[in-house]
Amino acid sequence: MTPLATLLVRDMRIAMRVGGGALMGVLFFLVVVTLVPFALGPDLALLKRIGPAILWLAALLASLLALDRLFAADHEDGSLDLILMGRAPLELVVAVKGLAHWFTTGLPLVIAAPLVGLFLNLDVPAEAALVLTFLVGTPALTFIGLIGAAIAVTLRRGGLLLAVLVLPLTVPVLIFGVAAANAAVVGPVPFGNPFVVLCALTLGSLIVGPFAAAAALRQEME
Amino acid sequence: MRLSASDLTCRRGGREIFAGVGFSVASGEALSISGRNGAGKSSLLRMVVGLVRIDGGRLDLEGGDPELTLGEQAHYLGHEDALKPSLSVGENLQFWAGFLGAGAADIGKPLTAVGLDVLADLPAAYLSAGQRRRLSIARLLAVERPIWLLDEPTSTLDAMAQERLAGFMQTHLAAGGLILVATHGPIGLDDAQELQLDQAVPSPLAGEVWEGESGGGATTTPVRRLTTSTPTPSPQGGGVEEER
Repeated sequence: MTPLATLLVRDMRIAMRVGGGALMGVLFFLVVVTLVPFALGPDLALLKRIGPAILWLAALLASLLALDRLFAADHEDGSLDLILMGRAPLELVVAVKGLAHWFTTGLPLVIAAPLVGLFLNLDVPAEAALVLTFLVGTPALTFIGLIGAAIAVTLRRGGLLLAVLVLPLTVPVLIFGVAAANAAVVGPVPFGNPFVVLCALTLGSLIVGPFAAAAALRQEME
Repeated sequence: MRLSASDLTCRRGGREIFAGVGFSVASGEALSISGRNGAGKSSLLRMVVGLVRIDGGRLDLEGGDPELTLGEQAHYLGHEDALKPSLSVGENLQFWAGFLGAGAADIGKPLTAVGLDVLADLPAAYLSAGQRRRLSIARLLAVERPIWLLDEPTSTLDAMAQERLAGFMQTHLAAGGLILVATHGPIGLDDAQELQLDQAVPSPLAGEVWEGESGGGATTTPVRRLTTSTPTPSPQGGGVEEER
């Protein structure tokens, strides 16, 4: 296995072990979405209309939940020093860590989305559209979050700073993710238009995120 | 292969930790770095691997792989053991062996060498401090790198493990490697050069060098002493001076 594949396997393994936080994100997502019908009451038309927005907001918060430990844990136990010294380029290392994080926190959200969509009175085409936007959009959340995780790496309580830094940057993803999902539910814009923009945002973040996060890490570790 | 440094300066948090430090270590040689707490032993080691910025001076590696940076040819054993508590002993070592470039390395041999082979399936969370340190040392054995930088490697080790570590270091030196070790006490390498990092307290060791040799030989009054001595009568490899 190459160094990067080894890192991917190791990060996913840690996330899925006890205290790793892989399930925390999806559980948090389920709890938040389940609470909404209790708060709003049994107004099915209302739930259907705001359902995609609720799901996207919950996914946004859930994907930030374990992100602050992504680099901080490696920093605290000295692993980050060795990773920085390693022969693998730091940008790729960061991207692989982001990928491992998405596999363990983003992908479960995609899988759980149709289930909790039922709570919000979404029909089958709406659920399909929602899953598609989640599949395309959640990697953007993770990779934008990488930047915040790298900046907050040396801070003891970096989670709060991370949320403050990252949430504003995720606004475009939120707008077009919800827009695409809503377009499939109520129209009038065709699903494709906002969805293509969402794809573009994700592709952009896949490139910008690792470079910015690697630069932040180098700066922090000096 | 020769690792040489001259006139190195380190500043941390706006404060000068050390200045004018020089040394020269060749294949098969070891350098033992000592000094009081805060003298900059760890910073010097981290500087060599590129984890701390060099604020002045030069650091050269002759005869290394030109494609790789110094850090990529070195093993760094720091204060932290770089182990994940949720992974087993074997998984931890397997990861570092794979990540540091040994591919599908055989981790059985290094684990046996540090005496942890029977605990290979135990999560690292249950290891004692000394066992954790031994597992980190296994990393040095699993992946071959010519330069070893050890930061107080014996601090948590028992007598037997210290002896084993000395054996590993001697084997590494005999194979043509070089070692920089920061330590407060004897490390088990009799023929190591010594580098004393100290700011105000005069060194009690013999062979003090008042005028730097690698620093260009300027004759200024040093305010900081640094001793480099070898078993041979002639002190070699650099000294220190600092201009006020």
